[in-house]
This record gives sequence, C-alpha cells and structure tokens, in this order.
Amino acid sequence: MNSTLIINIFRFVSLLLLQVVLFDNIDLFGFVTPYPYILFILLYPLNSNRSGLILASFFLGLILDGFNNSGGVQAAACVSLAYFRESFLKFSFGISYEYHMMKITDKISTELLTYLGISILFHHLIFYSLEIFNLQFTLEILLRTVLSSALTLIFIIILIFLTKTAKK
Amino acid sequence: MLFLLLLVISLYMTIQSHAFHKSQFVNSANVVSGTIYEETNNLKEYLHLKSENEMLAKENARLKQTLYNSEIIIDSAFKVNPQLRIATDYNVFQTKIIRNNYNKKENYLTIKGGAKNGFTKDMGVINSRGVIGIVENVSNHYATVQSILNSKTRIDAKVSNSNHFGTIVWDGKNAGFVQLIDIPKLAKLHKGDSIVTGGESTIFPENIPIGVVDKVYASKTSNFYTISVRLFNDMTNIGSIYLIENVNLQEIKQLEEATLNDE
Repeated sequence: MNSTLIINIFRFVSLLLLQVVLFDNIDLFGFVTPYPYILFILLYPLNSNRSGLILASFFLGLILDGFNNSGGVQAAACVSLAYFRESFLKFSFGISYEYHMMKITDKISTELLTYLGISILFHHLIFYSLEIFNLQFTLEILLRTVLSSALTLIFIIILIFLTKTAKK
Repeated sequence: MLFLLLLVISLYMTIQSHAFHKSQFVNSANVVSGTIYEETNNLKEYLHLKSENEMLAKENARLKQTLYNSEIIIDSAFKVNPQLRIATDYNVFQTKIIRNNYNKKENYLTIKGGAKNGFTKDMGVINSRGVIGIVENVSNHYATVQSILNSKTRIDAKVSNSNHFGTIVWDGKNAGFVQLIDIPKLAKLHKGDSIVTGGESTIFPENIPIGVVDKVYASKTSNFYTISVRLFNDMTNIGSIYLIENVNLQEIKQLEEATLNDE
C-alpha cells in the first residue's frame, strides 16, 4: 500500500459522502445541483494507469446512481470524463504537462481553471442529457448544465483551497 | 476497449431506467444508502417537527370527527358495532420518508422499512393530504417509492363526485402540478373541483385526494381534456407517510392473468 493509493481511496469515499450528504441537498432555484465529487477524477494522479482511472470512475458514478436512483447516468458521464481527461489536460496545460509532472493544483492559474471548467461542462452536459433524455427539454438541459457547472466549479475551487490550507 | 465496454453498460442501464415498468439495477433501497439517508434525515427531521406535528394533529381531528359520526363505532372507546361486517380490503402501514427528491424528471423517494416490515412492490403511498407515489424497489430494511412527480408514473384518477375517469401523469415541469389526461370533453369541470383516485386502481382505494382542477386545456384534435391539477401535497416538504396494501391484489392479478390466457 503506497500513500497515493490511500489518498485516492480516501478521496473516493469522502467526496462520495460529501456529495450524498451535502451537495445533493443543494437545490438552487429549484433545479441547480452541484456535483463536486468529480474532483476525484480530475485530481487522479497524472502518471498512473488509465484503465484504473476509468474503472474507478465507473464505480464512482455507479454508486452515486444507486443513491439517486438514476440508472447509469452518472456512471456514463464519469467514464466519459475519465476517458477524455488526458485531452482536456493537454488542451489546458499544453502538450508538456506530462513532462513537468507538476501537481495540477499547485496554484489556481488560468490553465487550472480552463481544465476544471471544460471537464465540468463536459461531465454535466452528458449527465443532464442522459438524465432528462428528452429533446423537448433541450433548453432546460443546457440551462441546467451551465448553471450547475458554475456552482460545481465554485465548490471545487473551495475544496481545493481548503485541502491546500489544511496541508500547510 | 474498457472505456467502450463500461460506457455501453452504463448507457444500457440508463435506457433501462427510462423505460416503463423497468426498475433500476442499482437503487437506494440498500443497507448502505439507506443507513446514510436515515442518519442524515434524523438530523434534518428536527427542522420540520412543528409543521409535521400540526399536520398530524389536524389529521387526527378529522379522523375523530369521522369516527364520532360514523355508524361503525358505537361508543367513545371506539368499540366497533358488531352488527356491521367490515371487510378488510386494505392494510395500512405507517413509516417515513428518509430521502425526498423532486427536482428531476424521474423522482424517487427512499423510505424507512422494507420486506421485513411487510412492504412489497406496488403498494400505494399516501399521507393525510393525498397521494405520494407507488413502492418500486424493496430491500430488507428500506424501499424506494416512484413519486407522483415522475414522468413514468400513471395513476388512475377521477373527478370527485362523478364517474369520469382519467389518468394522472406528470410533464416534469412544476413540482406543484400534475396533469389529468383522458377525461372526455362531455365532463363538466370547474376550477377547484377535487381530483381523487379512481375505483379502477388495484393500488389505491377509491377517493383518496390528489389535487384540485387548476386549468383545463381543450385540444381541437382530440375528444379529451388535459387538466392541470394543483397537488394538495407540497411534495418538497413531506415526512410521515402511509403505505397501503391491497389484500386482494394477488387474487385480482391471478384472475386477470387467467382471463388473458383464456383468450
């Protein structure tokens, strides 16, 4: 057991618990709910096995689907995010992100915000499209995606900030 | 490859959950989510104690009034009149909601109590103000309820004091309103008329309140009204509930199956 594995198991469980107990109860304007639990996928170590990330993301989403009785909606969105994460990293941090092996949360930079923003929008768009699953509600899907993404981004930045100050 | 496999699995489960009469593979009627929701609810419950109490006291008063004025009860100790034969067609269980949901298109509630308490799939769920939903998945200690605010829900209903039957559906837009469809245009309707459960339902007894007529939409292309019904229940704030078991459900289902097989 190395420390990276323990940290990731801890993140998996605590983010899920936070999502279920706290964030799922947030219901801004009656239809905006944040989903900061995907921070697990976003912060997964850059140099580790990709299949491991995809598998972990699947179960992360599936467990939340169980809690929310939503079929496989979160699982589908999480697996897709895990698969495309590398492309989003490349797009935001440039091609050299792998060589630097930097900790992506070292400082809140424009690159980090781009990475978080694109990833959250991508996840939420898939999630709401599959959950509502009705073209009649296209406008509502887009509205929910945008507003929830903004709220998720705020909570994710707060979470990153809190864990950073806790370490110091 | 792994990605595609997992994506296909999750998409399959998504489509299953959107299909009629299909329940989810994974649902919140299990020990882990049940326990977590129950603990969270234990904390949140205190915020609504006062309104919950008031509602139950009002219900008590109403029930007492009915009892004192009924022929079934002969004295103030609620002694039942031996002259009357009372059929027990329905059993009623009491429990509470530990996780409410109302802001999606397909809403499910998680309730305390499961198979060990005698709860089974397709029991009706109501509270003193009216219909709440239908039991969907049952585990040993917890169950999920398909809310009336679920675009998959269909409930037989009628206009009170008439015999015009229709179906209650939800368009997924407003948590305060459901729609009553298939009411023929012959029916005389007024704003404020009560909508109650119909007698054709095997899940709910007849005349359980649902809501009142708010707006009536008449389509030129069909002979039926679409009626917007304002729910009696505030679905965003519900706690104590009753489960209704139709004692004869098994028999009714067997009869229906036998009839179908005969054809």
